[in-house]
Amino acid sequence: MTLPIDLAILTLVVISGIGALAVKDLLGASIVFSAYSFLMCLAWASMGAVDVAFTEAAVGAGVSTVFCVAAVFHTTRRTKD
Amino acid sequence: MNDLLPLIADKYNYWIYIVLMMLGLYAMIGKNNLVKKIIGMNIFQTSIILFYVSIAYKKGGTLPIIMGDAHGGGHAAVHAADYINPLPHCLMLTAIVVSVATLGVALALAIKIYRQYGTLEEDDINHQIRMQAGQ
Repeated sequence: MTLPIDLAILTLVVISGIGALAVKDLLGASIVFSAYSFLMCLAWASMGAVDVAFTEAAVGAGVSTVFCVAAVFHTTRRTKD
Repeated sequence: MNDLLPLIADKYNYWIYIVLMMLGLYAMIGKNNLVKKIIGMNIFQTSIILFYVSIAYKKGGTLPIIMGDAHGGGHAAVHAADYINPLPHCLMLTAIVVSVATLGVALALAIKIYRQYGTLEEDDINHQIRMQAGQ
């Protein structure tokens, strides 16, 4: 039995999603969330949705991360959960 | 039993979609920090996009670009069954743009709340609001 590549990528997506919510530092959470977006973009490229993968790589992994990091620098890094 | 197990295992996209959706819902309800709630909202949105892209996928299908040579290959008969369905992709392209717009507005509101109350924790903000109302 061969392991399908999108199952492997989607497992990494779930792991990084849990990580983004578990990290006790908002800057770290932003960066792990950027990794989540990029892995999701790889999953869509493997499922044949190349245009969605394009947009997600530019908008999700790029602009969202810049927004999150900018918001964290304007507020605080500390979090209780 | 013999044909039920492959039926569940073959649809792993949808199981992972459910896991991601519940993860985002938990973060929106259970987390205390506003930025963590916003990240949970974005995970929720990407899980729905994953659902639509999984609907469009066909095993053995190719990308939705017409195959053929450079000289009028488009005149050949197009079999829709050979191509991955491009309609959900178009819908989800719009959803990605909407999701980054909601992310920007939510983070701007979080920054305004931080300037007003000096914290991003929801219980501290509720406590301060209750103190102000009690005076």
